[in-house]
Amino acid sequence: MTDDDRIRTVLQAHAKLRVPAAGLADGDDLYAAGMTSHASVNVMLALEDAFDVEFPDELLTKHTFCTIATVRAALQSLTEAAA
Amino acid sequence: MTTATALEPVEVRARVAAEVAAAHADDVDRTARFPAESMAALAEARLLGSSVPVELGGEGLALAVLVGIAAMLGAACSSTGMIFAMHHSQVLSLTRHLGGSPALAALASRIAREQLVLASATTEIGIGGDVRSSTCHVDRQGDRVHLVKHAPVISYGDSADLVLVTARRDADAAPGDQVLLACDSDQVALEPRGTWDTLGLRGTSSRGYLLTADVPADRLIPAPYEEISSETMLPVSHALWAGVWLGMARAAVDTARRYVQSAARKAIGTTPPGAPALVALVAKLDALELQVMDAARTWDALRDDREALGRIGFMVRMNNLKVTASEAVADIVAGALRITGISGFRNDGEHSVARLFRDAQGAALMVHNDRITAQTAQLLLVQKRS
Repeated sequence: MTDDDRIRTVLQAHAKLRVPAAGLADGDDLYAAGMTSHASVNVMLALEDAFDVEFPDELLTKHTFCTIATVRAALQSLTEAAA
Repeated sequence: MTTATALEPVEVRARVAAEVAAAHADDVDRTARFPAESMAALAEARLLGSSVPVELGGEGLALAVLVGIAAMLGAACSSTGMIFAMHHSQVLSLTRHLGGSPALAALASRIAREQLVLASATTEIGIGGDVRSSTCHVDRQGDRVHLVKHAPVISYGDSADLVLVTARRDADAAPGDQVLLACDSDQVALEPRGTWDTLGLRGTSSRGYLLTADVPADRLIPAPYEEISSETMLPVSHALWAGVWLGMARAAVDTARRYVQSAARKAIGTTPPGAPALVALVAKLDALELQVMDAARTWDALRDDREALGRIGFMVRMNNLKVTASEAVADIVAGALRITGISGFRNDGEHSVARLFRDAQGAALMVHNDRITAQTAQLLLVQKRS
C-alpha cells in the first residue's frame, strides 16, 4: 500500500467525510468535506499509529490536516527527520 | 464628543457603576429582570465601548483591566457582571476580526460612540450545546443576508442593540464551517420562546428566541468563526467570566470576614469559631485571583500573536481556567455560607450570602464544565509537551 493509500484508509475510517476518501483529490479541503475538529484528532492518532510517527505540537495546526497533500507533506517531514 | 482624555480613570468609573449595580442587585434578583440601571450607569461611564480599539473611538482597554472591572461588578451584582463579560466578549470578537471591512469598522466606531450593548446567539436547538457547529445557514440574496435560527438562549436579547449570530457559511457548508453575522436590533426579529425563571443569575434574562435576521451582506464578518472562537471569543469569555466569579468570591469572603469580626467584638479575647475556616477561604481566594489575572495578562501579551493563541497549551489553559474558576467560586461561596451559618443562609440581613450562593451554582453550568473538559481531553490526546 502506498503512503497515499494509507492516508486515504485513515481518512475513510476516521475523518467522517461526507464523500468516500478514495474520491478525494490531493488538494480537496477535508474540513469542507465534513471533517470536524473532533474527527481530526482521531485522524491524527490513526496516522501516528499507521506511520509510526508522532506529530510534534508545532505541526498540530488546522493547516496540517487540511488536505491529503498537506498531510502527506507533514508525514514526509516526520519520516525524513527520523531517517 | 467625549474623548478618552476627558474621562475619569477606569477604576473610578467602574466603582460608580458598581455602586449602582449593588443598589439594585436584590431587586434584579427578586424580580428576575434586566439590570437596566447598572447598564445605564456603565454606558454613562463609557465602559461599554471601552474595549473598542482607540483608533475606532474606544479606549482599547486590556483584557486584564476588563477582568478587573468584571470582578468589581460581579461583587456588586452577579447578573450585571455576567452581562458586562458577555458583552465585551462579543465586542472583542467583532473588533479584533474586522478583516479590513469599512462597514464593520464603522459599526465598531458606533459601539464606542453610542455605547451599544452586544448580545450573542451562538447556541442552537438541535446541536446538543456545541457552539462550534450550526444547523442554520446564512442565505445571501443580492446585497442582503437572511437567517433563521432557533436559539435556546440569547442572554438579554430583548435589551441588546446588536446580536452576533453564528450560522453555517451557506446551505452546503459543513456544520463546523461557521460564520458570524452582526445584526442590529432593528434588523432582527426575536420571537420569545420560554421564560427565564432560574435558581440564580436571574437578571441575565437568558431566554430562548426564534431569531429571524435580514441584514446587509457587509455585516458578515469575513474571518471564519473557528478563528474568532479560538483566538478571541473562547479565551476572552473564559477570562471575563472568571473575573466575575472572582468578584463574587471576594464579596462572599468579605461577608464572612465581617461576620467573624462581629463575633470577635462580642467575645473579645477568644478566637471566633469561624476564624480558622476564614483563613483557608482567603487562601483559596488568593489562588483564584492569581489564576484569573495571570490568564488575562497572558492573553494580553499574546493578543496579536495568532500562532501563540492557537497553541494547544494555551487552549488547554484557557479551558481549564473556566472549569477551575467556576468550581472555585462555588466552593468559596459555600465556605462563606458555612462560616456565616444561619445569618448567611437568610435572604436578608447584612451577612446573607444566599444570592451569591445561588448565582455561583450557574458558573459550572453555563457552557457545562463536563463539555469543556471533554474538549480539553481531546486536546490532551494530541498535545506532546506541556
